[in-house]
Amino acid sequence: MTRAWRWLIPLSALPVLVLLWYGFKLNPRDIPSPLMGKTAAPFTLTTFEGQPLSLEALRGRVIVINFWASWCHPACYEEAPALERGWQAYRERGVTFVGVDIQDKAEAATKFIQDFKLTFPNALDPQGKVSVDYGVYGVPETFFIDRQGRIRGKHVGAVTDQTIREQVDRLLAEPS
Amino acid sequence: MTPEIGAGAVVVALVLAVYGSAAAAAGALTGRPNLVVSAQHAALGVFVLVTGALLLLVHAFLTFDFSIRYVATNTNLGTPFYYRITAVWGALEGSIVLWAWMLALYTLIVVLRHRQDSRELYPWALAVMLGVLAFFLLVMTVPAPVFQRLSPVPPDGRGLNPLLEDTGMITHPVCLYLGFTGFTVPFAFAVAALATGRVGDTWIALTRRWTLIAWYFLSLGLLIGGWWSYHVLGWGGYWAWDPVENAAFMPWLTGTAFLHSVMIQERRRMLKLWNITLVVLTFSLTLFGTFLTRSGVIASVHAFTQGSIGAFFLGILALVVLVSLGLIAWRWDDLRAEGALDSVVSRESAFLLNNVFLVAAAFTVFFGTVFPLLSEAVRGEKVSVGAPFFNLVNLPLFLALIFLMGVGPLIAWRRASLANLKRNFVAPVLLGIITAGVFRLVGTASALTVLTMALTMFTAAAVAVDFVRAVRTRLRAGEGLLGAAGGLLVRHNRRYGGFAVHLGVLVIALGVMGSHAWSVQTEATLKRGEATELAGYKVRFDGLAAREESNHFKVVGTFTVSDGKPDFAVLRPSKKFYPQEQSPIAGVDYRLGLKEDVYLVLGDFARDGSHATIKLQINRLVSWIWIGGLIITLGTILAILPERRRPA
Repeated sequence: MTRAWRWLIPLSALPVLVLLWYGFKLNPRDIPSPLMGKTAAPFTLTTFEGQPLSLEALRGRVIVINFWASWCHPACYEEAPALERGWQAYRERGVTFVGVDIQDKAEAATKFIQDFKLTFPNALDPQGKVSVDYGVYGVPETFFIDRQGRIRGKHVGAVTDQTIREQVDRLLAEPS
Repeated sequence: MTPEIGAGAVVVALVLAVYGSAAAAAGALTGRPNLVVSAQHAALGVFVLVTGALLLLVHAFLTFDFSIRYVATNTNLGTPFYYRITAVWGALEGSIVLWAWMLALYTLIVVLRHRQDSRELYPWALAVMLGVLAFFLLVMTVPAPVFQRLSPVPPDGRGLNPLLEDTGMITHPVCLYLGFTGFTVPFAFAVAALATGRVGDTWIALTRRWTLIAWYFLSLGLLIGGWWSYHVLGWGGYWAWDPVENAAFMPWLTGTAFLHSVMIQERRRMLKLWNITLVVLTFSLTLFGTFLTRSGVIASVHAFTQGSIGAFFLGILALVVLVSLGLIAWRWDDLRAEGALDSVVSRESAFLLNNVFLVAAAFTVFFGTVFPLLSEAVRGEKVSVGAPFFNLVNLPLFLALIFLMGVGPLIAWRRASLANLKRNFVAPVLLGIITAGVFRLVGTASALTVLTMALTMFTAAAVAVDFVRAVRTRLRAGEGLLGAAGGLLVRHNRRYGGFAVHLGVLVIALGVMGSHAWSVQTEATLKRGEATELAGYKVRFDGLAAREESNHFKVVGTFTVSDGKPDFAVLRPSKKFYPQEQSPIAGVDYRLGLKEDVYLVLGDFARDGSHATIKLQINRLVSWIWIGGLIITLGTILAILPERRRPA
């Protein structure tokens, strides 16, 4: 008798390992949001430079809303340069980046903006109302809003150049 | 400089561990002892380096060295002293450091204890230990480097997850990791046994104490985790079948099975294959647990880490499983049993059944844990498997295990005679039936509760009958009562230590049953001065106060509790607001009791302190769970002591 069958013992573990490997292909950051496809809740805030910042006034542009805080590192520190690069790349193409700073002290936030030389509008969300409207669970979170003012994409955690490019290009490609 | 020195130490330790593992294996293959000695030096070097890295990290936390990213992420200037130390293992990277340090410590102890007593197995075991250690050092170097520099250096850190600011978090991870890493030792000796073909009893005798130690720390880790959940999370429970809890529970189940099945191999030369498989399974499950917690593959409250680390753990898991099972297939012919089962009514078969049930429980927990993944892979649907599934499936298994706990240690080996059965079990069975009758007549309990009580009573009585009979024999031989009882415990410490652990498990079972069957709760919104009543307790809302703590803002409610007599207790549950957290953290207050706990959680409140919503729970018998943990501790200590049988 050859007893070749006994080598089936190690092979029997393979299906489980393959299943676990499959788990990697799922993206846990791709979190479904009930807000997807819904109209983004309007807000009016005051930027750190003292300018009014209203979502309504930006209708017709693709908007990237980024929720952040100065105490949120490393994630917010990692994504800040990517957001600034995205803003520089797309500002002439009908895209606006908006930073909403939540649960933060104004001095620390101003220092953060200076450190990373952010030039897109950033505003403090004083009562946390905006973050509640958007169902923000933690920082950073980033929402992508189309020209019709609907929430079309949500990203949890630090955004990368690639994520910004993919999401924004998709929304820009749609007929206005 | 700290980040660079730390990272450097880790890299050197990695190189040493890889070298040591290879040298030990080469020494084992060629039979050249100087290679093994060299591997021992490498093991010592690794231990010193990892200890240095750990101390460096502790120092960085104590001195708020925010140039290290990990420190900045897990502490801030307000974090109190003790929690700055526990913050070291408050997140992924640091917990891997702690893990590696414990593994290095175990490796060193293996070197010190076993380098003389098993010349054949020891070099292979050392190679495996250092190999596993090398893997963790690799994780510390590539996917989860703890000494990563943060630039620009922030003025303050993010702060520790507030839920981890608790004394339970000082001990829970330490115990759990001591348990997880502890199973590496029996695994290493099992692989050594397979590699050398010496699959007899040597490896089992060598690792009996190691297995007990690992098992004990894992048990303690689980219990402390339950205690943390109970008094910190504020939902009044201690176990939620969360994937991460399951991850620690699965190796506990298979480890428990292993502790029992080795006794059959020692006694009857059976189950060699089964024992090796169980130890491989247990060790693989500890890796699987880490994979689960750290990969983010399965959603869990504990798991938030993503990145390449999951791939590393899946890789080592695949390596361990495939190589070990391959070795088992290779040694198939040596692993056949020498003894055979003589009768179904025997201790062997009771132990076998115990193993079947424990492994079945481990399998159902495994299945329930990975089912969401399976469902998404096959049907593309996201589902979650909750507590009802786990409770339903495991309950009959656990009840059967309680019953076997009474039968197994007392029934005769090979073939139990009717006389043996009568002698040992008539009284316990009667007591179980009487218990069931009493509870049925009183009518306060469901059928399930009655059954649990009866089985528990049966098993406790079986243990008591055995002990009383042994004491009586000694009394007849002319010993004093204390001397007889004490002498039994000391001379048969392994047997009676095991019995004590069983009693501890029974006490825990009663606690679990009582808290499920008899706990009550209510929610109420109270105006100041108003009171609510539950189960004979009156809780009056006396007012709110707010204060600033070093790293958070705290609102504390004052509630006077009376149980008929005045001044029973004043409870002060709170809500803590941390700047880095979106939602407030509940601070539970409670009054523990043997019969019941009064457990109070503060919900919403009016800012002016005029009214507050509370959740009041009377949790029955929960304290028994913690008491059971103490009994298990005493039993394990007794079982682990060197055996001191009088020479025959």
